Amino acid sequence: MKYVDEFRDPELGAALSGEILSLVEPGRHYKLMEVCGGHTHSIYKYGVDDLLPENVELVHGPGCPVCVIPMGRVDDGLAIARRENVIFTCFGDMMRVPGSEQTFLEAKAEGADIRMVYSPLDALRLAKANPEKDVVFFAIGFETTAPSTALTLKRAKLEGIENFLCVCNHVTIVPPLRALLESPDLRLDGFIGPGHVSTIVGVRPFEFIPKDYGRPLVTSGFEPLDILQGIQMILAQIAAGKAELENQYARVVPYEGNVAALRVMSEVFELRPHFEWRGLGFISQSGLRLSDAYADFDAELKYETPGVRVADPKACQCGEVLKGVIKPWECKVFGTACTPEHAIGTCMVSPEGACAAYYQYGRFAREREVV
Amino acid sequence: MTPETDAAPAVSDREQKILNIIEKTRAKRPRFKADQVTMAHGAGGKATQTMIEGLFVPAFAPDEEGDAHGLAALADAGRVTVDGTGLAVTTDSFVVKPLRFPGGSIGELAVNGTANDLAVAGAKPEAITLAMILEEGLRADDLRAEVEAIAGAAAAAGVKIVAGDTKVVERGHCDGMYITTTGVGRIDPRASLSPAALRPGDKVLVSGPIGEHGTAIMLSRDEFALDAEIESDTQPLWPAADALLGAAGEGLRCMRDATRGGVATVLNELARASSVAIVAREGDVPVRPDVMGAAEILGIDPMYIANEGRLVAFVAPDVADAALAALRAAPGCEGAAEIGEVKTDPPGMVLVETAFGGKRVMDLLAGDPLPRIC
Repeated sequence: MKYVDEFRDPELGAALSGEILSLVEPGRHYKLMEVCGGHTHSIYKYGVDDLLPENVELVHGPGCPVCVIPMGRVDDGLAIARRENVIFTCFGDMMRVPGSEQTFLEAKAEGADIRMVYSPLDALRLAKANPEKDVVFFAIGFETTAPSTALTLKRAKLEGIENFLCVCNHVTIVPPLRALLESPDLRLDGFIGPGHVSTIVGVRPFEFIPKDYGRPLVTSGFEPLDILQGIQMILAQIAAGKAELENQYARVVPYEGNVAALRVMSEVFELRPHFEWRGLGFISQSGLRLSDAYADFDAELKYETPGVRVADPKACQCGEVLKGVIKPWECKVFGTACTPEHAIGTCMVSPEGACAAYYQYGRFAREREVV
Repeated sequence: MTPETDAAPAVSDREQKILNIIEKTRAKRPRFKADQVTMAHGAGGKATQTMIEGLFVPAFAPDEEGDAHGLAALADAGRVTVDGTGLAVTTDSFVVKPLRFPGGSIGELAVNGTANDLAVAGAKPEAITLAMILEEGLRADDLRAEVEAIAGAAAAAGVKIVAGDTKVVERGHCDGMYITTTGVGRIDPRASLSPAALRPGDKVLVSGPIGEHGTAIMLSRDEFALDAEIESDTQPLWPAADALLGAAGEGLRCMRDATRGGVATVLNELARASSVAIVAREGDVPVRPDVMGAAEILGIDPMYIANEGRLVAFVAPDVADAALAALRAAPGCEGAAEIGEVKTDPPGMVLVETAFGGKRVMDLLAGDPLPRIC
């Protein structure tokens, strides 16, 4: 696969790994957060953390769009999905995210017409093919996926497709980052900036992290060499006593983002006053809903939903795990009330979340030693 | 490259206590607690395992703990001894959608799938029975084509169809055609195979490039706007098994055909059954570039994609080279490769050395990348 394999060259990886080793002070512990779930996935898939010195720790951030959806929103979606006249659609990885009683997969087994789609346009096609039914798309994701939902809604409006509806759970990345940074017990030394989100919003919205909070941020791509280079750039800044915004992913991410995508988003969406995040609680101005111009497509307006906030058990400490304050096993509900089978917090929902990884692989998640 | 520093924390008492709790929970026999069957129970991953080990095994084989040849051993075929002759018996059903796909069809799969379960149990396939559930309205031409495919595949695999049954259900109550086959084979005297027989140092072989069947099915469903000429790898595996038995003899510990859940699932099942660690070297796993490309775009790891004509073999280190050479000489196995090694610790776990130079745990899949591939 030309143009991809170049970014997975193990020799270049080993070279970068050596540079990283030369940048860290022995005895000092470095905690870097990769904000985006896509980075977490690549780090896991390629074993990138194996190429890091022991004292450089990667903390998985709140950027997994599936894991941050709270139980109450899943329950709302389920209430719509169970209706007689509805074909409910969502992305495949949403199917197993637990609501307070059920997942979409279980509701499907009970007879709800729930279908997996690969794009919102697939849902729109279903709406055209089934004019006698309402086709509801359960939209999730950060600024990366919001433009495709927005464009689909624009198209539905243009073509006058009235049986297409959307439950909008789109969220924005900056508010949860700010919430993490605001916390007095923050233990993070730097950030690997979210490459995919930045293709839409650009790099500018992250300027506040070095400026106001004195932490370096390097926007990085998703191939293993991209991530290693991002880490190397962050550590170089720390070694030089700097905190700056850098763009490792300039081959894709323009500084000002994708203006056309931002325009269509602002036309179709508006900010909610607040939105709930699994494990993190309510964060103000962090979620999107459909704008008044698109109210006819808003499933939350058309259908009654429970709209109940299903509280995460008080003992859930995802926020602390995400901030790097505590280890997964130090959380009060870890391994007892919160397990991969019955996940409470975002860190346990995603198989790549810090808690799920630790639960599954135990001490091995840390030691990585094979005999 | 990871020097010991004082930043590396030791395991504290509290952490150790929690690790012990987790270990104890994981060691327990899984319990089937679902309220209803979901598609995940058919996916070959964790939910399937919970259903089989938590419901079927306790009901059908309550006293078989430790019996290497009973149901509880969860091998591809069960073993029956009749007048001193060892027979392998297995059964399998096929619900693949679509019925015909590049490189094969449901009828061909039904024969090869069952014959291959016998072959990897070290048994030469002798006879199979065939049950067909047909949907009202199925075109007779489609039925005719599958009957021919079954006859052709049986001839190629050297098995006889010795009994059968048909049922027709109302339109909408099945999807065209479902097939169930049961196979009987004679256990080869050279075979002393068991899922619990893996020893540290053993080598892991695959009989050819992986992921082709699942990818061919996926692309033939037209759910993705992807074009590639990928054909199913469905083929009889007895010649490969025969070659391995001849070359490795008692050094052949176990074989599995890597169907649903792919090579990753086979490695996990055997790591657990033998209480060993298995390390696979990603860079050595044969995958065709077009399969790799499709998997990359779809975000699926080829190690989890189903195969219908590929086996994974575990062989003692001293016979590994001879076994690989014999395997490569078997028809359709020219692309066989050694992909990893059995280790001691951590027991029950599969690790992958990534081509990039890192390492990761390769677990059973929790869910279902793709239903109805076989």
